[in-house]
Amino acid sequence: MTPDALDALTRSGFSRRDFLKSSGALVVAFAANDAWAAQGQFDTRASHIDPKQLDSWIAIAADGRVTAYTGKCELGQGIQTAQIQLVAEELSLPADRVTLVQCDTQVCPDQGTTSGSQSTPTNFNERNLAQAAATARETLVRLAATHLGVPAGELTVAGGTISARSDRSKSVSYGDLVAGRKLNVVVDSNAKRKAPRDWTVLGTSVPRIDMAAMVTGQLEYVQNVRLPGMLHGAVVRPPSVGATLAAVDESSVGAMPGVVKVVVKSNFVGVVAAKPWQAMQAAAALKASWKDGPALPPQPEFYDHLRRQPSRDAFVVNSRNVDEMLAKAPTVVRATYLHPYQMHGSMGTSCAVADVQTGRATVWSSTQSAYPTRSGVAMLLGLPADSVRVVYTRGSGCYGINGADTVAYDAALMSQAVGKPVRVQLSRKDEMAWENYGFAYAIDQRAGVGADGTITVWDHEAWFASLGGRPGYETPGNVVTGMLAGFATAPFRPAQAAEPAGEFRNGSNAAPSYVSGRVAQHAGGAGTITSERVLTHTVRSPFFTGPLRSPSRLQNTFAHECFLDEIAAQVKADPVEYRLRHLSDPRLKEVVSAAARTAKWETRPSPGPDASGTGVARGRGFGCVLYEGDNGYVAMVAEIEVDRASGRIATRRLVIAQDCGPVSNPDGMRNQLEGGALQGLSRALGEEVTWDDQKVTSIDWRTYHSMTLGDEMPAVESVLINRHDVEATGAGETAITVVAAAVGNAIFDATGVRIRQVPFTSERVKAALAAR
Amino acid sequence: MSPITLTVNGRAHTLDVDPATPLLFVLSDDLALRGPKFGCGLGQCGACTVIMRGRAVRSCVTPVSTAAGADITTLEGLGTIERPHPIQRAFIAEQAAQCGFCLNGVILTAKAFLDQNPKATDAEVQQALSGVLCRCFVNTRMLRAIQRYRNSPAAAAAAAEQEGGGR
Repeated sequence: MTPDALDALTRSGFSRRDFLKSSGALVVAFAANDAWAAQGQFDTRASHIDPKQLDSWIAIAADGRVTAYTGKCELGQGIQTAQIQLVAEELSLPADRVTLVQCDTQVCPDQGTTSGSQSTPTNFNERNLAQAAATARETLVRLAATHLGVPAGELTVAGGTISARSDRSKSVSYGDLVAGRKLNVVVDSNAKRKAPRDWTVLGTSVPRIDMAAMVTGQLEYVQNVRLPGMLHGAVVRPPSVGATLAAVDESSVGAMPGVVKVVVKSNFVGVVAAKPWQAMQAAAALKASWKDGPALPPQPEFYDHLRRQPSRDAFVVNSRNVDEMLAKAPTVVRATYLHPYQMHGSMGTSCAVADVQTGRATVWSSTQSAYPTRSGVAMLLGLPADSVRVVYTRGSGCYGINGADTVAYDAALMSQAVGKPVRVQLSRKDEMAWENYGFAYAIDQRAGVGADGTITVWDHEAWFASLGGRPGYETPGNVVTGMLAGFATAPFRPAQAAEPAGEFRNGSNAAPSYVSGRVAQHAGGAGTITSERVLTHTVRSPFFTGPLRSPSRLQNTFAHECFLDEIAAQVKADPVEYRLRHLSDPRLKEVVSAAARTAKWETRPSPGPDASGTGVARGRGFGCVLYEGDNGYVAMVAEIEVDRASGRIATRRLVIAQDCGPVSNPDGMRNQLEGGALQGLSRALGEEVTWDDQKVTSIDWRTYHSMTLGDEMPAVESVLINRHDVEATGAGETAITVVAAAVGNAIFDATGVRIRQVPFTSERVKAALAAR
Repeated sequence: MSPITLTVNGRAHTLDVDPATPLLFVLSDDLALRGPKFGCGLGQCGACTVIMRGRAVRSCVTPVSTAAGADITTLEGLGTIERPHPIQRAFIAEQAAQCGFCLNGVILTAKAFLDQNPKATDAEVQQALSGVLCRCFVNTRMLRAIQRYRNSPAAAAAAAEQEGGGR
């Protein structure tokens, strides 16, 4: 085992054990050999780490170093550094005195999945890790008061030492204070957090703790985990969607060098060999025959196909007067927007290492869902969940559910079959042809406009394709390996829409920002339009789908923000002015104004002056959203050029204004805004999953069109509105949500032509210009 | 199988491997190096890049037999956490990464190009990176980091050394 693999296995266990020894706390008795027994029996979901106990989150070693345990892991976006800042801040320590252990089910609390821009809201407001750190500080001060004989109110905390304000010689360090004592307290929901105005570590641009290791090739990714005696597996996926296994000729690879075993379980096929290259070659050479599944719906007709399928329907909001209001509106505007399946397309293909021994298993995985993966692996292996340990280990950026979960299952199945540790890294094709794609959408928009140019009614109806998704704790069949191994995908059941009840929830941004969101007499939306209907139809997808950065939010926002622009153009209103006219949420209005101001937005209707010309046309477009209805405000101005001869779009400048409450790390947030904006641009301009009648055909970087480092990039300017009087929200999915809309609106501003289908490829733009 | 000698980051290794094995697998598995990474196995993304005979090479499509006897530099051969190479320092200064998986290809492709073309314009640098992906899209920071390095005395010195070495 490499030192880091050993470290990954034991660092938390050892440091925790050391802590427990020194503190005397008896939360969990740990020793390398009895760890499994110590866990006892648990249900699928139950973790032996009790989130109510402070010791589950924070450990203080005798040397004063603090180790924090979190269920929210670094996916490449900087949350490791930010969580270290958080703990350091609450404990008045420099950041380099804090170590963070992320998503190891042996030692970390179960915080579900690291996703949905929820890590900041979950761990940085008055709950969980933040509250544990605040509780730790108050506990230490209380202990120090007793130890020093000084009232707690007269103590001050700095650099891991607590001292009397009046007499600094009366002081004690955290390490000395905790050693030999129990810290056995419950996380106190009333423990006082530091106010953002007093922050010295949070709120500053602490450099990424992992940066030097990354740039020097020292960081251990899951792809680098090596165990003694480890073998390598490669999967053999079906040749087409829905195909089932007819026969496998194991002898076809029996004589190949290094081949150890062909593993078959239901429709799952894999080959284990001594070396990765041998496994890949054997997987390619293995003779397997498959029975084709039903033909795929033809891609050119897919959006119409969606509308014809049985659907599960839901209202987000319904004022029940929409048809009547549309009938009497002097002007009705309507448009349909189309968004393709897109993929996570991680830079590295997904990888996992599993060591399945009799009665227990350890899996090193870059899954976003350590505990749910623990349950899924346990189901696949026929083990109790508490016999499986998942050790989160960094992978390539995932942007949602890439192949990390499925490859963890691949490795577990193959390791169980050979009784040795097995590492599996997917091929590029196996990653791309079988991942859980971002949803394809067809979205109809209708609005009525009054005689004064104000929108009086907004009607949203969308169809989107969904299948599988995150496996959660109980559904390994939601990803390809689980399905192939015989586990059911979550069933699809058509259903009629119930009238909205409870409170307005806009988690998928199905409702535009401009409606009032009135449910049960309470208006929870960000806008002023009171005649409102938002109806969604979920249909069964032929491909697996799952969360892809800003899932559904991006697709819906593309439709809403383009449609708002279409209406504004119809009434010859300036797009920014027209937005402000229909918004009620002051924070959303402020980011809209801030983006416009920073971009020196020229107040005028679209299209702009270039639309009537020839050659290269310049234009600007706007987009904004309150992400997930409550999780971050963003507005964007896109400045672009359209080459009318080629249809090519060059994006020159993106200006982003964002309000995500108190900013934990300004440079980290800017990095997210820049990356999100450019990723959004790549998705808007080129990315689309393609297929033929049997199989996915976008299977590498020639057939799935991502921007590269050679592509022209816009200047990205970001304005951070740093509010101290509100809770922190997520910030990783805001910018990407508005890019397609802002660019689509800029194309219209430049040319007078509206492109209502993503991606805005040169061919599509050119054809639209020609059709004008 | 037949023994092959590789010189990686200044150290010679004699390995008994299938000569058709892509160099990447030998580096990452037999030698347990973490710099070169499997991204696509098709030479399309850059994650597996190494510098061989002074040029950026895609190790995932390079049979190990063709690397015999050549000097190979991987990302960990440039500098260490304690003493990063100037181009690595430039990436740290610009905080030019998110997940970091692409850094190997970005840094080594840029380094090999600037060694040969120390006075390259921004557009030429970008052209050299046209086959390199970053799916977190840290593009603008990475390009800034490369420019920062190009404009430093270290880049000119590295280029002069290349020329002096006659490679």
